[in-house]
Amino acid sequence: MTGENRYNLTELLACVAAGLLDSRSSVFVGTGLPLVAGMLAQRTHAPGLLIIFEAGGIGPQVPALPISVGDSRTYYKASAASSMHDVMSASQAGYVDYGFLGGAAMDCYGNVNTTVIGDWSHPRARLPGSGGANDVGSFCWRTIYLMRQQSTRTFVKKLDFITTPGYLTGPGAREHAGLPAGNGPYRVITQLGVYGFDEATRRLKLLVLHPGVTVQQVQDASEFEIIIPDQVGISAEPTVEQVRILREIDPRGLVIGK
Amino acid sequence: MSDPIKNSGELIGWHDPDENRQWVRENKSRQLVDKRSTVPEAIRKYVPDGSLLAMGGFGHIRIPMALIYELVRQRKRNLTIFGKTAVHDIDILIGGGCVSRVEVAYAFGHELRGLSACGRRAVENGTVKVTGEISNAGFQWRFLAAAMGVPFMPVRSMLGTDTLRHSSARVIDDPWSGKPVGLVPACYPDVALFHVHRCDKFGNAQIDGIMVEDYELARAARRLILTTEEIIDHEEIQRVPWRTVIPFYLVDAVIEVPFGAHPTEMPVTYYFDEEHIAHWLEVSKTPEGTSAYFEEFVFGIPDFDAYLEKVGGIRKLTHLKQVLKLQPDLPTSGEGVS
Repeated sequence: MTGENRYNLTELLACVAAGLLDSRSSVFVGTGLPLVAGMLAQRTHAPGLLIIFEAGGIGPQVPALPISVGDSRTYYKASAASSMHDVMSASQAGYVDYGFLGGAAMDCYGNVNTTVIGDWSHPRARLPGSGGANDVGSFCWRTIYLMRQQSTRTFVKKLDFITTPGYLTGPGAREHAGLPAGNGPYRVITQLGVYGFDEATRRLKLLVLHPGVTVQQVQDASEFEIIIPDQVGISAEPTVEQVRILREIDPRGLVIGK
Repeated sequence: MSDPIKNSGELIGWHDPDENRQWVRENKSRQLVDKRSTVPEAIRKYVPDGSLLAMGGFGHIRIPMALIYELVRQRKRNLTIFGKTAVHDIDILIGGGCVSRVEVAYAFGHELRGLSACGRRAVENGTVKVTGEISNAGFQWRFLAAAMGVPFMPVRSMLGTDTLRHSSARVIDDPWSGKPVGLVPACYPDVALFHVHRCDKFGNAQIDGIMVEDYELARAARRLILTTEEIIDHEEIQRVPWRTVIPFYLVDAVIEVPFGAHPTEMPVTYYFDEEHIAHWLEVSKTPEGTSAYFEEFVFGIPDFDAYLEKVGGIRKLTHLKQVLKLQPDLPTSGEGVS
């Protein structure tokens, strides 16, 4: 599916993710693929994109891929090198439009687990926990997830642990719990396609397939039923220019090499 | 108003605000006194076994590694760590057998560098207990509440999730809007360890780059130990007092330790020692490799100076400064001081 090996899957996902961002918005990014997507958007169609890091970097022109969200590259040529309190408060107050997150597993309402596999008290596998993810998923107007391994083990009926809120149990559940009104998961990008959430049910719904992927593959790689609309789009392949910029952003292939 | 909803996370680091005010009144000096000390003495004096500990910095950034290695060297036991994005520090401390409990916002991972073999092993086999979960903002606002001397901070994240259910936060109805809101309890670490760019002998400190949550943490902890790249004259502090992010009365000990954050990054000063971090991540995959690491880099040598020699000495450290400076137009350390 890599168009004569001109680009790899990660590069496709980065381009699709970058395409969701625009020049008039602000975005919270984490390390890895979300940051690569933000940097790509900034260097192509969205030069005005305001990139914010949870540790305090505000509006940098990121020179090369930071390894940590607190790396000094996260405030290179920035408007401000501030604090977590400052940027988390700004997002709680409504200043942050998009939040980019990854996740180990997701359910049909876009709730995500990054804490434990198995029982919390006696975990089969201990994962790092929320970090800033719960805050990003709670505060940003629109949360975008990048999960490069969609399967029946990662798209599950019931999560072992809800680390970060999606739509919780369905329509109105976020507001009922007290989360800021009117926000929530917006898009989920996997190796197979791009999903949104059905307005009426708040359940995961297929929007776009990546080149060469079938609806059957999408459904086979999920434990829960995905809503499949009559019309499904196909995502655009990365341009030569996008691939060139991606390799400039991540010359060592730390992210896009995977 | 409905009764508050309690969650199951263990409440740690909390004090009644009046009890803490009294403690501050009796224990924290308001005098400009010389607080210079040594790494072994400061750790011996302020970090008994069983302490509740938090580190300044974030992940692999500005981590007080000289103090961390000394905790291992003095074989501290049963420490509780506030895992407010604790990465390299907690990994070394767990590997060194110093930790028994962690409250987790983010731990047992190394961001882009992968997962922590050593931390995960300890939680999965029960050696280290997770007391509760929280988010990064939640943790930092626990410190903010303590810094302000108020009992809690209202928070609008975590609601509706298992992160909240396994936290020590409670949920009440906001008396004004009527909407549910989370309350995170104030958190007063027994001790916080920081590495800063420069401070005077009284503890007035300047930090370059982002503060992350250190403004709040420095004010929340009962005891604060600073290692610093450089001790500067008090007159330098007075010349640009707006650069002081930690005033002296918060600080208990000051130790000059150049490269005290190695192998983590000291913003605008030196970069990560990627080679040494990779070495740790590799050897810590097994308990044997972990022990061998501590024999080589802690127990087998007298102090942090010897450690710096061992990891490559002046040649390596100069290189780490250069790696950082190779990025064009980065501000140099201390810019904005004059």
